[in-house]
Amino acid sequence: MSKNPEFVKFDKVDKSYDGKVLVVKDLQLDIAEGEFITMLGPSGSGKTTCLMMLAGFETPTHGEILLDGNIISNIPPHKRGIGMVFQNYALFPHMTVYENLAFPLRVRKVEKDEIDKKVDKALSMVSLNGFETRMPAQLSGGQQQRVAVARALVFDPAVVLMDEPLGALDKNLRESMQYEIKHIHESIGVTVVYVTHDQSEALTMSNRIAVFNDGKVQQLSDPAELYEKPVNSFVAEFIGENNTFNGEVVDIDKDKCKVKLAKSEILANPISVKSKGEKTTVSLRPERALINPTDKMDNMFTGKIEEVIYHGDHTRVRLNLLGSSEFILKVPNSTSNLELKVSQDINIGWNSIDARALDPK
Amino acid sequence: MSSESKQILTTDGIPLEVSLKKAEKKNKIKAFLLVAPLLLFLVITYIFPIGDMFMRSVDDRMVTNMLPKTFKAMEKWENLDELPPEEVYRGFYEDYKLLAENQQHGKLGQRLNKEKNGFNTITKKLFRQIKRKKIDESASLKEQINKLHKRWRDVEYWQAIKRTAPPYTASKYLKGMDMYFAADGSIAQVDEDRRIHRILWLRTLEIAFFVTLFCFFMGYPIAHLLATLPMKYSNLLMICVLLPFWTSLLVRTASWMILLQQQGIVNDFFVMIGLVADDNRPEMMYNKVGTYVAMTQILLPFMVLPLYSVMKTISPSLMRAGKSLGGTPFVAFWKVYFPLTIPGIGAGCLLVFILAIGYYITPALVGGASGTLISNQIAFHMKTTLDWSFASAMGLMLLTGVLVIYWIYNKLVGVDNIKLG
Repeated sequence: MSKNPEFVKFDKVDKSYDGKVLVVKDLQLDIAEGEFITMLGPSGSGKTTCLMMLAGFETPTHGEILLDGNIISNIPPHKRGIGMVFQNYALFPHMTVYENLAFPLRVRKVEKDEIDKKVDKALSMVSLNGFETRMPAQLSGGQQQRVAVARALVFDPAVVLMDEPLGALDKNLRESMQYEIKHIHESIGVTVVYVTHDQSEALTMSNRIAVFNDGKVQQLSDPAELYEKPVNSFVAEFIGENNTFNGEVVDIDKDKCKVKLAKSEILANPISVKSKGEKTTVSLRPERALINPTDKMDNMFTGKIEEVIYHGDHTRVRLNLLGSSEFILKVPNSTSNLELKVSQDINIGWNSIDARALDPK
Repeated sequence: MSSESKQILTTDGIPLEVSLKKAEKKNKIKAFLLVAPLLLFLVITYIFPIGDMFMRSVDDRMVTNMLPKTFKAMEKWENLDELPPEEVYRGFYEDYKLLAENQQHGKLGQRLNKEKNGFNTITKKLFRQIKRKKIDESASLKEQINKLHKRWRDVEYWQAIKRTAPPYTASKYLKGMDMYFAADGSIAQVDEDRRIHRILWLRTLEIAFFVTLFCFFMGYPIAHLLATLPMKYSNLLMICVLLPFWTSLLVRTASWMILLQQQGIVNDFFVMIGLVADDNRPEMMYNKVGTYVAMTQILLPFMVLPLYSVMKTISPSLMRAGKSLGGTPFVAFWKVYFPLTIPGIGAGCLLVFILAIGYYITPALVGGASGTLISNQIAFHMKTTLDWSFASAMGLMLLTGVLVIYWIYNKLVGVDNIKLG
């Protein structure tokens, strides 16, 4: 059976709450069957609104949402058959874990034996067997979270929506839950739409990430491409760390362009610039710039160390380079460590292909 | 562990428990001093009056103090079915004479008349005889008194005097339930056409129950709206709910009188839209309808506020979760939202019911004859008949009733399940 590449489809969806401001603008998004897609963006970017429209708690102002080829805009939430994990789990506090999981099955009039079987299966999936009679208040945050995931999956929905489900957990638990949710997704192959504002969560878990800003999808691609090849300066800024230079294109050919900064010129990879005279923001990942490069690189400069911050597995160095004192370098901590001292001058080099000339900020 | 039973010592050798107590003592005294004014206030204004009320409701020492010699002599009265011996007559005569000299005989006559009808006449007769000095103290008093009136020859009247002997009595409580001590000391019911108190008790319970029910059905949606509306609208609505709170109870009741009377606004409106004929306006006041309408409106905030405070804490995502898991809006409400509001329902219903059961001003003003409650009867005995001991007894019965309801509620729902805010 081939998978439907347009299992969930947002077709030119607009959403406005007050008739004045569009929260979601002309959203066009296809989600393939069995895919783990993450909507990532700062708060107020419209990602949760999209999720709520898909769940049926908000109606699109314009456009249609299709699930497996059927328009669902007019179907009430309880008939959509979409599982949802809420931000604060939304476990029913007056029901036991078993009753919480049995709720979606009971309203579907599933037989008692069948309910027992499915609840048992769902609980073993999140390794919570034996917790059936506990009340949600007797569970830890991580356990509640797993019950919420199990409850959203127990009735075998076609799509599961997760609205920042890990936001309330502490860092270690969050990381282990990320892997757990990822593995559950891999083992049962359900389509997951995940909303978060945490970029590392998005990068670890997803097949594809849709970066939202200002009601629009800025970039939709897999995690590696999103990080390595951001298509505009918002994505570059939002995902990972980033050194930027603002300047003007003075020379351009097929895969290289020369950008004039305040005092000097650098070579960059033209992504969104087309012609001479355009303003641009050049983006460079900190780990792509090397100290005292041995190979020949097409951008070579000397900078002065302003600050050295020790981070355990790596050291972060802030430099004064090309007229900006905010240039960041990440140096892995290895045995052949360099002696880095404040106000020391060092040579820095990077390849023009890693310096992406994007739209001006 | 082996050291479990061993005393733990602090570094300077004092047992830990002693040291802890010492450290806590100052705080405990401070805490007590802070609540002491309130404790004193409660004792003076609450516990002491209730105790006094109880004493008054069972106190029957008046006759005991008035007829000391009679009751002393009555100890020798063995066969209670026959008239008492000469000593009792003599004791009663001497006691009564003393009372007559002190102008206290009228009180005794009234008191005994309450015990058995007809006493007033025959004691007055005895008083006149004593005044005219027609009684020969050297002869048999039994014969002379028996000759005065045939009732003196009736053993039941002497039994009635004997019944008043104990300094304490539960007769007021029996009276509150339309019962009394019969001549032989057993408990009997009053005649069916005179059982007014039982009707009043039942009516009080009925009105309190229905007012609670109406308040619940009207208050629940309002509280839900209050809890879910955006802040700027919910504040306005909250003021509308609270506004009656800030208006005098009397003013509100009076305005209901203006609205509900036969020539009132509501009736005018009904006539205007043709619901009723002008010469056949329904009576909506001075009966149960008036009591229901006014009390429901006045007690509504007491239902809305506890419900609101509970609903405010219920996350809206729970209802959403219920719906997204496949429950229809009704199922999501009934299985998820409603059970979570039970603490608020319990608090609101208990509050409204207990307030309604003791309601006084509103039923007195708009209730008429068929809409008055037990509290109006208590007030009647306080102000008109001046039978304070009976009023106290009924007050205490009301208080006990409330405590019983609270106890039943605790058994059914659990008091720790109440949330007032």
